[in-house]
Amino acid sequence: MTFMAMITCLPHMLLLANPDEWLVRLKQTIVHWLPGPWQFVISSLITIAVLIAVFGALFAVATLIERKGLGRIQNRPGPNRVGPYGVLQPMADAVKMLIKEDVVPRAADRVVHFLAPLVLVAPVMLAFSVIPYGQGLVPINLDAGVLFFFAVGAASELAVFMAGWSGHNKYSLLGAMRAIAQMISYEIPLVLSTVTVVMMVGSLSLVQIVAAQGGYWWGVIPRWNIFAPWGLAGFVVFMIAAIAESNRSPFDLPEGESEIIAGFLTEYSGFKYAVFFMGEYFGMFAISGLAITLFLGGWHAPLPYLGWVPSFLWFFGKLFIFLFVFIWLRGTLPRLRMDQLMNYAWKCLLPLALINIGVAVIWRFTAGWPGPLRWLVCALLIVLAFVWLEKTWMKSRELKPRTYHYAS
Amino acid sequence: MLGEGIIKGMVETARNFFGSYHDPARFVTIQYPEQRVPLKENNRNFPFLVFDGADTEKGLRCVACKICEKECPPQCIYIVPERDAHGKLQKHPKIFDIDISTCMSCQICVEVCPFDAIKMDQEFELSTGDRFSNLLLHKQDLAKPNDYYHKIHPTEATLVDAQLAKERQLAAQRKAGAGAAPASPPKHAPEKLVPVG
Amino acid sequence: MQAAFFIIAALIVIGGLAAMLVRKLVHAVLWLMVTLASLAALFLLLGAQFVGFAQILVYVGAVAILIVFAILLTRNSEWAKAGRLASPSWLVGVGIAGLATGCLIASILASSIPPGVPVPPAASVADIGQKLMTEYVLPLEAVGLLLTAAMIGAVIIAMPEDKRG
Repeated sequence: MTFMAMITCLPHMLLLANPDEWLVRLKQTIVHWLPGPWQFVISSLITIAVLIAVFGALFAVATLIERKGLGRIQNRPGPNRVGPYGVLQPMADAVKMLIKEDVVPRAADRVVHFLAPLVLVAPVMLAFSVIPYGQGLVPINLDAGVLFFFAVGAASELAVFMAGWSGHNKYSLLGAMRAIAQMISYEIPLVLSTVTVVMMVGSLSLVQIVAAQGGYWWGVIPRWNIFAPWGLAGFVVFMIAAIAESNRSPFDLPEGESEIIAGFLTEYSGFKYAVFFMGEYFGMFAISGLAITLFLGGWHAPLPYLGWVPSFLWFFGKLFIFLFVFIWLRGTLPRLRMDQLMNYAWKCLLPLALINIGVAVIWRFTAGWPGPLRWLVCALLIVLAFVWLEKTWMKSRELKPRTYHYAS
Repeated sequence: MLGEGIIKGMVETARNFFGSYHDPARFVTIQYPEQRVPLKENNRNFPFLVFDGADTEKGLRCVACKICEKECPPQCIYIVPERDAHGKLQKHPKIFDIDISTCMSCQICVEVCPFDAIKMDQEFELSTGDRFSNLLLHKQDLAKPNDYYHKIHPTEATLVDAQLAKERQLAAQRKAGAGAAPASPPKHAPEKLVPVG
Repeated sequence: MQAAFFIIAALIVIGGLAAMLVRKLVHAVLWLMVTLASLAALFLLLGAQFVGFAQILVYVGAVAILIVFAILLTRNSEWAKAGRLASPSWLVGVGIAGLATGCLIASILASSIPPGVPVPPAASVADIGQKLMTEYVLPLEAVGLLLTAAMIGAVIIAMPEDKRG
């Protein structure tokens, strides 16, 4: 194809093709002009640049929405001074963060202190690379996408430890210990609730998991996993664990400022703090993206006749809903106590996730039953499990004289 | 039920969120520099000096008796009385400084002043770039007309004016009947002003 | 490909050496993490996705944190003690290291892969899944049962002990 031919057929390709495809085709067209050996490199770089730009912009928007939303929840307007309605506030925040002095404590381990923010952000950026954002819009289609996601997510615990330890500050270290304990504890229900989806779809590939959720029941209800009883329970468990994984309120006690100043962020300032902040938001986006992919049908439209809307818009629309829910929860719930946090993970979420796997198995082997009956039986099993858990949970919360096992 | 409280709380915050867009009772913020709440009459922060008439210097009620300077707990008042050519003390301050970086707004100077010369101000926008010289208020900064006092504390100012008028009347009577027996008590007991709020 | 291999191999060797030689225990753990992560990268370079991801998930995610917690909770790791780097029992160490190296060299020499010919990756994640679910289902179930039992046991240990009084 000559250069002129490329130019003439470009609008044709852009207009006639599916809106999702033209993004891909645009990239292919750009890459096509390049000499052979560079094609792979430039193609990867374009993908990386788009990812960073999109999520960087989303980060800025998210901080603004969060501050405005929290303000409205607390009956105040939120930031409204920079630009019209305060929309330029993220820029002001960024400038402020960038020009702040970067304080490193004298006793700190400078190298580890410097590396920790990078170790936090890099894996999260990697996690973005396996999420399918739209039809054909997946940076890397890995066979073991789910496994990859959790594998890179595990590195963030190391980053938190590095941040907490390098400052040589007791609050940093305490915060890091709390954060790691919390992340490890909540990773188990997170993975166990993911297992149900993997079992039902029979694949670890996120693209296939999304593809398996296409289509509609009776032409109306989308075949998303959340509309099955095991999917709903799994989604709830997954989201609670996801909030804890991303250290968001009400599970933000690694940064509980009333107790340990700012946790593992205590010794960070300026740009490094901003990078940590960004890493946390990126983690929130990544895990929301995974939840959308696993349970909410990824980029599929909620109604059949809305299929003409570009699929990535559905993905990002769902992501924004998740963002709002995160902010809403943060504006509502007070912070948990450390023992409540651990009890909740191990005694409530973990049994529920295990029972949910059992229910998923029952769902799988009752495929021949009439739909509503199958749904009711499985839902009943989950409700029974929930009621039983509630009984034991509430009983253990009854007030009684405190006993000290180790101090008496 | 487990989780019931969470749902209740979320409903409440959602009502706050949406209510803040249409319900003024849920959106009470005043955009301060542009909008202002009128100050309450009893609002007060730092002292100022009252002067009568039009001349800032001559009208000052202060007689440089230094009672407030002595009573001031953080010792933020500094007074030097005026002296004439012979070195005789005049009933007028030469220097009257208040360091508002130290002043704790206790109003003791106002309570002890026998001449109702020092009163509490409502001015609060006193932030400055120079915390040394710009927070040390001098006589010319502090002197404010009686009309201003009437404007910020009308009830209290009316009471004070009535009190002063009565005293002046008594003094005139005393001067008129100078040879006769001292009729009225000469000392001035500052009556407790009960501001109406 | 070759350049990538040499970079990763250098990282593994440097990480391993540094893990042995640095004084601060926490630094040693971090260097060990460099080694383990580079090892995962090596697996990925060889096309073994599943092993590579599992390596990161298990070693970087779990084992590293376990070591870190063990160090932080058991001893004062802040200050390295002055003294000789080698321990008095270095003879035993040398013996074990020699034995391990010998075993590795022996197994490499005895392996049936013809040297010099790159082997294309054969086992995809799906293949591994198939194998685990058919041929190796019994060991998998046994391991799964063991781990679930361990997890439930941990929860039971953590439950409030009402009967103790």
